[in-house]
This record gives sequence, C-alpha cells and structure tokens, in this order.
Amino acid sequence: MRAGQTVWLPLTVASARDFGGPNVVKNFMKHYPDDPVFDPQKVFFTFDLTVPPKTINYAENQRLCREFAREKGIKVYDVAEGIGSHVLMEKGHARPGGAVVGTDSHMNILGAAYCFGQGMGDVDITFAFRFGKVWFEVPKSKRVVVEGSLADGVSAKDVVLRLLKEFGTKRLHGVAVEFDGSVFKEVGFSGAVTVCSMITELGGIIGFPATSEKYLEGLSAMGYEIPENLRPSNAEYEEVIRLDVGELEPHVAMPPYPHNVYPLRDVAGEKVKFVFIGSCTNGRYEDFKEFWSVLKGKRVADSVIAMAKPATREVFTRLLKEGVLEDLHDAGVIVLNPGCGGCAQGHEGMTGTGEVMLSTGNRNFPGKQGKGRVILASPRVAAMGALLGELPAEVV
Amino acid sequence: MKIEGRVWFVERNGSLIDDVDTDQIYHNAHLHITDPEEMGKYAFGNLEGWEDFPSKAQPGDILVCGRNFGSGSSRQHAVECFKALGVSAVVALSFGAIYWRNAVNSGLWVFRFADDEIVKALKEGKVASGQKGVIDVERATFTVGNHVFKLKEVSEVQREIMKAGDLFAYGKEVLK
Repeated sequence: MRAGQTVWLPLTVASARDFGGPNVVKNFMKHYPDDPVFDPQKVFFTFDLTVPPKTINYAENQRLCREFAREKGIKVYDVAEGIGSHVLMEKGHARPGGAVVGTDSHMNILGAAYCFGQGMGDVDITFAFRFGKVWFEVPKSKRVVVEGSLADGVSAKDVVLRLLKEFGTKRLHGVAVEFDGSVFKEVGFSGAVTVCSMITELGGIIGFPATSEKYLEGLSAMGYEIPENLRPSNAEYEEVIRLDVGELEPHVAMPPYPHNVYPLRDVAGEKVKFVFIGSCTNGRYEDFKEFWSVLKGKRVADSVIAMAKPATREVFTRLLKEGVLEDLHDAGVIVLNPGCGGCAQGHEGMTGTGEVMLSTGNRNFPGKQGKGRVILASPRVAAMGALLGELPAEVV
Repeated sequence: MKIEGRVWFVERNGSLIDDVDTDQIYHNAHLHITDPEEMGKYAFGNLEGWEDFPSKAQPGDILVCGRNFGSGSSRQHAVECFKALGVSAVVALSFGAIYWRNAVNSGLWVFRFADDEIVKALKEGKVASGQKGVIDVERATFTVGNHVFKLKEVSEVQREIMKAGDLFAYGKEVLK
C-alpha cells in the first residue's frame, strides 16, 4: 500500500448515527432492499445528535433506524448511551488495529486508540453496511514532534489549539499524523482523545498519539493495548515537523474558525454568556474533573448559563457516583444527559444574536451553536470563564 | 469526456473564499431533510453574500471554490444540495477530505486545481463569473473563456464512480 493509491479498505465496524443514519437506511432500502448487512455483529447504530429526539422529524428518523436494525439484526446504542465514537471505544468495538467508519466527521478521534476511524457520508456508509468495505485514497504521513512542557492548569486542549494556531488548516491537510515530543509525556488517554479529535479541524485524515507511559496506562484502563506492529516506526514521512512550544500557556480559538487561536492573556476580559463543557473533544471523565476542580464549592457568575454534558452514559455514571455532578449542580451548572448537543447544533443550548459561548467543543464556525459567537477553550479555562463571566487572564 | 457549464467563482471581494464549511454550504438546521430534491433551496444558505444562489443557479453550472472547500461535517446534504440544483462540477484549490469522497460517491464531479493560477487570473480580471467553463476529464484541464487551467489527476477508481453516476451504480457494475 502506497500513499496516493486508491485501495478498498476492509472494515471491522460500520456505524451510523441518528444523523446520517436515516439516509443510510433509505439508501439501503432503495439499492439493496432484500439484502443483509455484511455482518450484523460489525454494524451499529449510535444515536447521539438529538437525544432524546427534540422534534417529530427526529423521532421518526430514529424510529426508522430502529426498525431497520431490528429487521437486519443490528445493535442500536440508543438515545441514552452518548456520543457514538466514544461508545464504540468504551464497548470494545473500536480496537487498536481496527478500521471503523461512521456518519460522524470526528470519527477519526478513534486514532486516539490506534484504530483507523473515518467519518463518511451516507452513501459511503450505506455501501459499507452492505459490503463491509470502502474505497480509500492512502494519505501521506507527517510526523509532528512537539517539544515543551505544560504550565499549571494547561491541558491537551491547549496543545491542540496551539497546533491549530501554528498549522491552520493547511500544513496537515489530507495527511495522517504521528505525534511525538516531550509535551505528550503529560498527556494521558483522554488528552490524546482531545488532540486526535481536532485533526478534522486541522484538515488532516487521522492522528495517532505519542505513546507516553501515562497514555498507555489510560489505554490499558480502557482494556486496550497497542500491538507491536502498530507502534510508531520509521514510516516514510512526507515531512517531520518540529515545534518548540516552551512552557505552554492556555490558548483559545476565537470565532469564526477553530484555527483563529490566541494566547488567553491576549483576549482576556471578553464577556461570556454561556459556558459549555462536553463534546467528543472534552467530554471525558478527566475533562470534567478539571472543570470540577475549579468550580467545586463555588458558584458560577449570575450572568452565566453554564452547561455540562458528559460524552457517554459510562462517563456520566462515574461522575454521578463520585459526586462530581452534584457539586456542579450546586455550583449552578445545568447538568445534561450524554450526547453531542451543546456542540453540534441540533439540540440544547443555542445562543442568541451577540451572545458569546465559551465552549470546550471543537468548532466555532458561524451558526455553529446559534446566532451568537463561540470561543473554544479547555475545560479549565471554561470553568474560570463560568466563575468570572468573562475570559480569564490566566488559569489557577 | 467533457463537462460544460456556466462558471460561478465562489468569491468575496475578488478572492475565492477559503474554508467554506458544510454549515455554510448546507446549514444544520435542515439536516432532518432526507429527500435530496428538497435540499437544493438551502445551498449556500449560510454563506454570507451567497444566500440567493439557489434562485440563480442553472443546470450545468460549475462552481469554482477556494481552499479546503466543504470542511466540517460528514453531511451528504452539502453535496446533494448542489446536485439538486443541477450543478455539474465543483473545482476547488482543495477540499475537505470527507466532502471530496461524498461528492465522488454521489457522482458530483469534483476536481482540484494543480496550481494557484486561477487565483491570479481572477484577481487580474481575466476570468469572471458567468463565463463558459469546459472541463476535459481525461486531459485534466479546465478552460474558462480562453484561459486554460491545469487540474490534478483523479484516480481511476474515483473517476469510474463519478462516471457511473454514483457509488451504487458503480458497485452494481464491479461487484456483481
């Protein structure tokens, strides 16, 4: 297999969400009405966009998928389970060495578990449901070595925002990325998820994290290990990029693009109306613990509407049992059920004209989350913003 | 094979717009729609200055776009909305990866420019919206008025899918 070649890629899992899924079902019924899916054990629906459904349209779309799933013997991770890509990782379906596709443009987040994940449209996924393969243009590879350390309160989100500031959407466009460098020594599995989730915003195909001890421990806690043959090796790189970030400070992405990134101190003081923690980028247990560590025993500013939405039911359960959600509730945060809402517009938490949302999500394009503007930040910066009602000058 | 049509430069103030994401092409407020024919009226509905595109588009039109066109979500809607309007091809400096494959799979012809010559030509007023464009698929060229621009080669598998009409038609041919 060489870069530039178009190959047919055999899949270990094909999945669809409540977004895209209904179109997959309609395509399938039209083109393969009497056919089975390629392997019912390897096909899943994961509902996460509008959960539970907010309108009759969405309800009907989800019903359509459920009926199709029943007929074809496919498992549905229904509206209670949370973000599909994370559910697939937690439930053992997205394993190192696997090849997984779904109707989620952040499916390449699975690179965090050394699984080749790709988001695709409903035509691809219909074909994948039926035949268990997709065509794929083999990308070139780049190695990105980030040297430096994380200042107190600085996390993986700041790392990836810094990369966006450096590379925009150009430098890593269309390539597979291997990460390395001292910065990643402090980034665990959940941090790897954060970094890999924004490969899409960097324009890349997929990212594979540096295998620090901390990361491997986290991966092992997920029940996974990386086989020797998948470890970063001397692949043929189109480019090796070295970046020294020194002692990295907090960064935020201002509208209208995820790569419109500034050091936090340059934009401190901007008023925020909404604060959101969640999304596939920062919806894991460790992200919530960061957010919680700032807000525990305190109270969000009166002017702020703060919302917390764990990525999955599994994450939610752990946070619930450990009292984290109770503390957030007491701090005045609205605790929401797991899913993509709050980041992917479609469910709760829209902004009005001129209102600013400080979000741990991954996109801040115009219209992304209502009429207002979205600023992307780490869980800790978001929590500080919730306390102050404005962008903080620094994190504590 | 040749593709001909009226050319639209998706530009603002004389520059092709970069990073037009799928929310600007087809806003997520209309994602519940599953009938492709209905999607046309929302094309570019969230791209400032281009909201009235659906009422102006004619079958055969060719879109010329900037860098990273169609970045963002995996929604097929952002391809289908152009097909519904009869747009015959999209030629861009580069595409979001998912958008590119969605277009190939739906049989919307997509091409990447081999260089930045089109940017210069547009700036110098040598080419403009409304001119006739001709894409020569085999020779990988795009002619606007009397200016010829080079395109990148498209791999055979992908070209065959677009020629077949879509991935389903292609699949029937090769997998039977």
